[in-house]
Amino acid sequence: MTAPADFSPAGDHTGTLRFSGSLALACLGDLPDRLNAYDGAVDRLDMSGIDHIDTVGAWVIHRFAVGHGAEIDGLDTDGKYLLEQVSAADKPVQMRPEPCGAFARVLGEIGDAVVISINTLYGLLGFLGATTIAFWNVVRHPQRFRFNATVHRFEVVGVSALGIIGLMSFLIGIVIAQQGAVQLRQFGAEALTINLIGRITLRELGVLMTAIMVAGRSGSAFAAQLGTMKLTEEIDAMRTIGVSPMEALVLPRTISAIVLMPLLGFYSSLIAIIGGGVLCWVSLGIPPVTFIQRLREVVPITDLYVGLVKAPVFGAIIAIAGCFQGMLVESDAEQVGLRTTSAVVQAIFLVIVLDAFFAVFFTWIGWI
Amino acid sequence: MAGREESIICVRGLRNSFGEQVVHENLDLDVRRGEILGVVGGSGTGKSVLMRSIVGLQPPDEGEITVFGENALSQDEAEATAMRKRWGVLFQGGALFSTLTVAENIQVPLREFYPQLDQGLLDEIAAYKVVMTGLAPDAGPKYPSELSGGMKKRAGLARALALDPQLLFLDEPTAGLDPIGAAGFDALTKSLHKTLGLTVFLITHDLDTLYAICDRVAVLADRKVIAVGTIPELLALDHPWIQEYFNGPRGREATATVERNEAQQEAEAE
Repeated sequence: MTAPADFSPAGDHTGTLRFSGSLALACLGDLPDRLNAYDGAVDRLDMSGIDHIDTVGAWVIHRFAVGHGAEIDGLDTDGKYLLEQVSAADKPVQMRPEPCGAFARVLGEIGDAVVISINTLYGLLGFLGATTIAFWNVVRHPQRFRFNATVHRFEVVGVSALGIIGLMSFLIGIVIAQQGAVQLRQFGAEALTINLIGRITLRELGVLMTAIMVAGRSGSAFAAQLGTMKLTEEIDAMRTIGVSPMEALVLPRTISAIVLMPLLGFYSSLIAIIGGGVLCWVSLGIPPVTFIQRLREVVPITDLYVGLVKAPVFGAIIAIAGCFQGMLVESDAEQVGLRTTSAVVQAIFLVIVLDAFFAVFFTWIGWI
Repeated sequence: MAGREESIICVRGLRNSFGEQVVHENLDLDVRRGEILGVVGGSGTGKSVLMRSIVGLQPPDEGEITVFGENALSQDEAEATAMRKRWGVLFQGGALFSTLTVAENIQVPLREFYPQLDQGLLDEIAAYKVVMTGLAPDAGPKYPSELSGGMKKRAGLARALALDPQLLFLDEPTAGLDPIGAAGFDALTKSLHKTLGLTVFLITHDLDTLYAICDRVAVLADRKVIAVGTIPELLALDHPWIQEYFNGPRGREATATVERNEAQQEAEAE
């Protein structure tokens, strides 16, 4: 059964091709190419010499016979049946999407991307509205508030994040203090390092870095959780039972992010200041007592307010972007990954855009 | 060849367990060349685990598994690859690669084992497999997420048949299909079995499938194969599960359907 497939013209110039060997996928070798190149007149294919034929062999023979208008004979019953079935399957089948010029394709992709962006923004606004409505519903019927689910989210979003956010903030405090000290030393103004640390962490970095960390930790988790629940039809089941997924899933997550972002942001600022203080002590020789004394003099209380006002808004954006993307998952598991990525990217992007608006706003009202 | 009675799969003394839970204990099974063997059993009796053991996805604790006369358990990578060329597996949900189109899915095994085939022939092979498995002619460029459950199974079958295997494993092929779709899939299995001379290892819950296409049925219960035979042979046995399975309301319904179809065929013949 393993002899390679071969063919040769019969010697009597009757236009007969004799096939031999095994016409199976494993033994075909270059037979299809040689058949393609064969240009003699053929009206009969003699298959009586073959050992074995499978669908690929039958297909090659069928195609050749049709192309040359030849007849096939010499097959045993099974072979004939196989050939009949394969010939019956010779129908035009589309293998690839319709071809399209490169220019048209690029334009099409740009157009698709624009439409998707606009639709996503529109959908996100709609989702924000739906979350707000769910919030008012819960305010009007407080017994529908999922207290346990919300508190559980507090732990996942907040308490479990303390370690990593603390470590990150401490290191950022050290980096700011060190870089600031190096630059300010050139002007003999090393003491201003304390102003730098105190103001930048409370106003910007504490909350911003926390938002990025929460988006990476919790925003992605929200999207993946809701996406998986969507795939397994849990969310549909919830709806049929009469439980609103907005109230049961989205609201606890959003509330926990809104409540915890200011706390985490404040904690992050504090740890960053401690990190900066440690560096000032070690490298600039400023003792902690002086450091704190100086902080109280140079950092206005409005800096703390700036950070604390921004934090809940960032929390809301992160939670809503995560839940929104999770709810968009449809049909397959690959989408969960794609949507999770989009959730994080969108959340961080929106947080930074809003941060810019906040910066302008706070300058405008005089909190500088 | 030693005739039709030759065993293509031979399982002896198989034992599978997950932690404390023993799924198979001293399980023996033979699948003869050219037959369609239906494997039935209650949920959790390890039908899928048995299939996974035979195809090498679930190494058993003990026992011997011989496929095509070769030991399937103590092979090196090259021998295992050679064996994989000779069987096709259809998983329950189709298990199509979700990032590839149907046509590309069918071509994956061909590309893997026969990289020398040119794209033209690959496309033609995929095209006639698409038609043979009863997919719509425009299914080629579609992604699995765009297909219905029945179409996914047909596409999975087309991929399983890509290499013209001698042995086909089907894991609940008609589960989740409507009765017409299920009957169509049964007819397809039967016709491919005849066309390609396949041996089919068929896990199913569907009594209609058993009656319609299976030559023999193996019953899994009590951690082993308690009986193998044609349906009349099994009906003659006294095991409570078998009796309940075939003589329960659904079993009787399937029997009645078969009798009705036979009567109809006789009437038409007259």
